[in-house]
Amino acid sequence: MKRVGVFVCHCGTNIAASVDCAQVAQNAQNFPGVAYATDYKYMCSEPGQELIKKAIKEHKLDRIVVASCSPRMHEPTFRRCIEGAGLNGYMLEMANIREHCSWVHPDDKERATQKSTELARMAVAKVLNNTPLEKSQIPVTKRALVIGGGIAGIQAAIDIANAGHKVDIVEKEPSIGGKMAQIDKTFPTLDCSACILTPKMVEAANHPNITLITYSEVEKVEGYVGNFDVTIRKKARSVDMNKCTGCGLCSEKCPSRVPSEFEMGMTTRKSIYTPFPQAIPNKPVIDRENCRYFKLGKCKVCERVCPAGAIDYTQEDELVTERYGAIVVATGFDLFDYSVYGEYGYGKYPDVITGLHFERLINASGPTMGKIKRPSDGKEPKNVVFIKCVGSRDEAKGKAYCSKTCCMYTAKHATLVREKIKDSNVYVFYMDVRTPGKGYEEFYTRTTDQYGAIYIRGRVSKIYQKGEKLIVKGADTLLGKQVEVEADMVVLATAMVAQPDAAKLAQMIGISYDQDNFYTEAHPKLAPVETHTAGVYLAGACQGPKDIPESVAQASGAAAKVCALLSKDEMATEPIISQVNEAICAGCGMCIPICPYKALELKTIQERVQGKTIERKVASVNSGLCQGCGACTVACRSSALNLKHFTNEQILAEVDALCL
Amino acid sequence: MSVKETASNWEPKILVFACNWCTYAGADLAGLSRLQYPPNIRILRVPCSGRVNPQFVLRAFQRGVDGVLVAGCHPGDCHYVTGNYFTRRRYLLMQRLLEYVGLDPERFQARWISGSEGPKFQEVVTKLTEDIKALGPNRKLRDAQ
Repeated sequence: MKRVGVFVCHCGTNIAASVDCAQVAQNAQNFPGVAYATDYKYMCSEPGQELIKKAIKEHKLDRIVVASCSPRMHEPTFRRCIEGAGLNGYMLEMANIREHCSWVHPDDKERATQKSTELARMAVAKVLNNTPLEKSQIPVTKRALVIGGGIAGIQAAIDIANAGHKVDIVEKEPSIGGKMAQIDKTFPTLDCSACILTPKMVEAANHPNITLITYSEVEKVEGYVGNFDVTIRKKARSVDMNKCTGCGLCSEKCPSRVPSEFEMGMTTRKSIYTPFPQAIPNKPVIDRENCRYFKLGKCKVCERVCPAGAIDYTQEDELVTERYGAIVVATGFDLFDYSVYGEYGYGKYPDVITGLHFERLINASGPTMGKIKRPSDGKEPKNVVFIKCVGSRDEAKGKAYCSKTCCMYTAKHATLVREKIKDSNVYVFYMDVRTPGKGYEEFYTRTTDQYGAIYIRGRVSKIYQKGEKLIVKGADTLLGKQVEVEADMVVLATAMVAQPDAAKLAQMIGISYDQDNFYTEAHPKLAPVETHTAGVYLAGACQGPKDIPESVAQASGAAAKVCALLSKDEMATEPIISQVNEAICAGCGMCIPICPYKALELKTIQERVQGKTIERKVASVNSGLCQGCGACTVACRSSALNLKHFTNEQILAEVDALCL
Repeated sequence: MSVKETASNWEPKILVFACNWCTYAGADLAGLSRLQYPPNIRILRVPCSGRVNPQFVLRAFQRGVDGVLVAGCHPGDCHYVTGNYFTRRRYLLMQRLLEYVGLDPERFQARWISGSEGPKFQEVVTKLTEDIKALGPNRKLRDAQ
């Protein structure tokens, strides 16, 4: 005989003010299967939980209904409570009479009480069909994968490695470092970006627990939390990493020159190259698209000069599959393609550049050795115009969101121009100046007050060439008039956008992304580094525009989550998954394409029918992959599939109970 | 507590299948924000709107429910990646089926309400209650009593 206990909570006055809780408990006593019902002021409190435990023992209750707040709030609490009294945690149902009743019907106590009674009755009907469920344990692979070797990826990897776990960093470029390696100085302290980044790169490279897999991309992700099987494509470097000493002779002698991506095309690199002098690993790759040998079939200069014999033209892409317990996605951002702003003369005027070009221009190891020279004629610019929000906050042309970092890096650029060229004038066209962050507002104030940058509130309508000058026409909306600036150079603060292949990677891993292709966190406030896919975490600008401190903080947050996961040898899996009734499964396979987790497959079973052994195919659920959505149960023609804890019987019992 | 059918004090009974991740959370938020709506709806929690078998809906109508709402995450936002796409297709087919058997198709609706859309939840169920009130009690599919 099933014996249900119903416990109605007053939640102080939150429920009791508009629901007659004693009446609900009294009504509940008449529901079929109910052996005991009572009400109490605070059911989730210590004495409230004791009351439940005591009643379970005294009245020999084997299943419990708590009518109180949302199960999203206290289901785990009451599960633990009844487990403390020896019941299985899944022998609990909750009737949500606070969020779904008392709070939304404060003025109609009679009908709110009636509704609460019916909600409790539905829960009782369901709990009568509950069965004990056991969490199963799966082993955890104690190794993490970090996708992306920028500052976020590096930080996450170092933190995980320091906790004693193995980490692999997969980076698609030949070197780790990411966008931060291209930046000259960092706001608001103006310390040199390379000086704070390169030690971290070295630390990651030398860490006994970290393996760098550079010039490689993730090709396929299978499996689930604790055990992801990731296929990585290691692109052919054409250089034997074991033999190469990184002497650089090959790059020096290589006869073919191509625009350097790292220097934003403002200078050239060789076809066998390392992206920048501080690259890690500091061993070159051959860019096969531009290499003379690969294009024309002859050259082989690098092979001849290499003292170590490390050049290997026959290398091929290598696919390796590794198993990881957790994944941190730290793929970073890309720059907005500002060519849609025709009025800014993209491609037409060489002296209209982006912020990242400017970073290379002022960098001591950049194409101009840190001297600010305009790209067209190498002259020192005297009047420099900065235009903010190029692509940001402009739905018509770019993106609706704010890129967050541009206000600060433009202020930094303005300061640096004024510092390096004493007789220069700096004009900044802006919509708003947004400086939330420690020391940011102070930095901006210094830019205007101490360094004398002239901020003009308004947008630029047109840029055109007049002799050697660029004429920047715009509106000053504060003065309400048109302004014209004769500029020598124009720097555009282009928006941060998601990586071009962000959506593809998300689909591969099975995480969600927003309309701008930034990855979606599990909860904007309370789970900012988690994704909805267990075991996959986010770090850095792949989740949305972020500056360096924020990326680093998020990376450490993601690392903490990974460490918590990897610190266990085994992990419990949620038992709410689909199950197959093999006796009635027809083996049609309709459920297989429906499942978004590839958790269903057909297996062959043997049966004895009329004395003969026959073989037939039935569906089978992989309990590690199934996430318990129940989509397959509806697709199943013979109702052989059922979702535990939300079975057809349980839901229909609820429906019936509602309509009594 | 049978559904009262006297003309004067008849109140519709509406069943809402709410997905755990979006609409159930949206209904919780409506509560948290003290957004009032008529007390005619009863929420049944399912993991995903894709879990709602048309059989459940038919059973509800047979047992005398006056309206059914299936609500889940917005298309593209499904916690289980694709569940609500199945819901969407089923909903279109289901409405045509119900119309074919002579039930007012408005009695069965599907809506996308996210966990941050408490006001939308209030708006949808208020409107639904009004619509069903205007249609009167469901007699068509109801089992003879």
